[in-house]
Amino acid sequence: MSTTRPSPLDAPMPSQPPSPSPLSQPAEHTARRLPPVAELAVASMSVVIVAGIYQAAHLPTPPPLGPAEGLLAGAAALLVAALVLVARITPFAWRVFFRVGGWALLAYVVISGMLEFVFVFDHTKGAALVVLTLSLVVFALDIPLLLAFSVARYQPPGPTSRR
Amino acid sequence: MTDLTVGPSSVPGALAPSSGEAAPAIEHGLSARPVPQIVPVRALPVVAVVLAGLVAAVVSNRLWALDFFHVTGGALWTAIDLFVGFVVGPILGRLSVPARVEFSARFMPKMVLLMPTLVIVTLTAGWQLARHEGFVLSSYSHHGWVVASMVVVGVMAVVAIGLLEPANLAVLFELRKPQPDGALIAKLMRRFVYAAGVTGAMQVATLVIMTRLATT
Repeated sequence: MSTTRPSPLDAPMPSQPPSPSPLSQPAEHTARRLPPVAELAVASMSVVIVAGIYQAAHLPTPPPLGPAEGLLAGAAALLVAALVLVARITPFAWRVFFRVGGWALLAYVVISGMLEFVFVFDHTKGAALVVLTLSLVVFALDIPLLLAFSVARYQPPGPTSRR
Repeated sequence: MTDLTVGPSSVPGALAPSSGEAAPAIEHGLSARPVPQIVPVRALPVVAVVLAGLVAAVVSNRLWALDFFHVTGGALWTAIDLFVGFVVGPILGRLSVPARVEFSARFMPKMVLLMPTLVIVTLTAGWQLARHEGFVLSSYSHHGWVVASMVVVGVMAVVAIGLLEPANLAVLFELRKPQPDGALIAKLMRRFVYAAGVTGAMQVATLVIMTRLATT
């Protein structure tokens, strides 16, 4: 879509070093190796989805929550590992990272809110609701992290290494 | 999906106009490219209306409304996945790089809003519908098929959110740069189209499961 009205993410991109041609060669920052943040985030999201399917497959009886809690703990650990790894990247396009991550977080808070609303509306209660809610929290953090990292990794690092 | 030539073989010099007559054309194509909008702001009210309608359908417990959202959303989701994966993708792979870039700049922003909306509408309405009809109960005679549909949706979610959406956004941001990296765009678009093909194939499995459930 041609730009006629700016969207929240449409702020100008950071300028790049001059290139001999408008059709640039791969920039240095796009070729460097980065830690497996995206892989960890996808793994975390996958584990959360497995936990959700496990719980849904047992309805209407409450499933044994041990496996679901174990999966949730694993997903949270993967998410924390991804966050630690991304925080240690220097230099990095933090401005782009936080801009994309912020708006993606807003979007996925809305989506997770819809799902939480359905759980509560369906009278899900107690420990099962807690596990499902925490799973949604992990899910709603995984995706913004994944999207923000996937965009920022190809952007030129900002003037400072942190936000 | 078998004839994707987005890679280096079809991108001479990966957009680098080092030699030949094609270079000026490619250069012109990129210099004249539309600057993509990441989120189509004008479509946000439509999304809000659709989500409000979904909430109303859930709260009202009307089967017709839930069925409408599930069938309409699911049909669009399935059709778009199949069309992009098996029709648009191979065509895109044969286009010139400037044409591919221009198409992406106009096409991908729409997908940023459209697909997540269709997914949340289809899944939420489908879950409520299945709950009302008793399909989610483990005592249901075809419960295995229902669980299979959850697994298929889970795999599609991982592919779409883990591969397709990040590639989509990264291409859009790359296209906003004064000097986009052609090789990177080609690589990301190849990932986008392959991921769309995988979700398209998974949609075939969804069609099998859903038609099976609807007729037994």
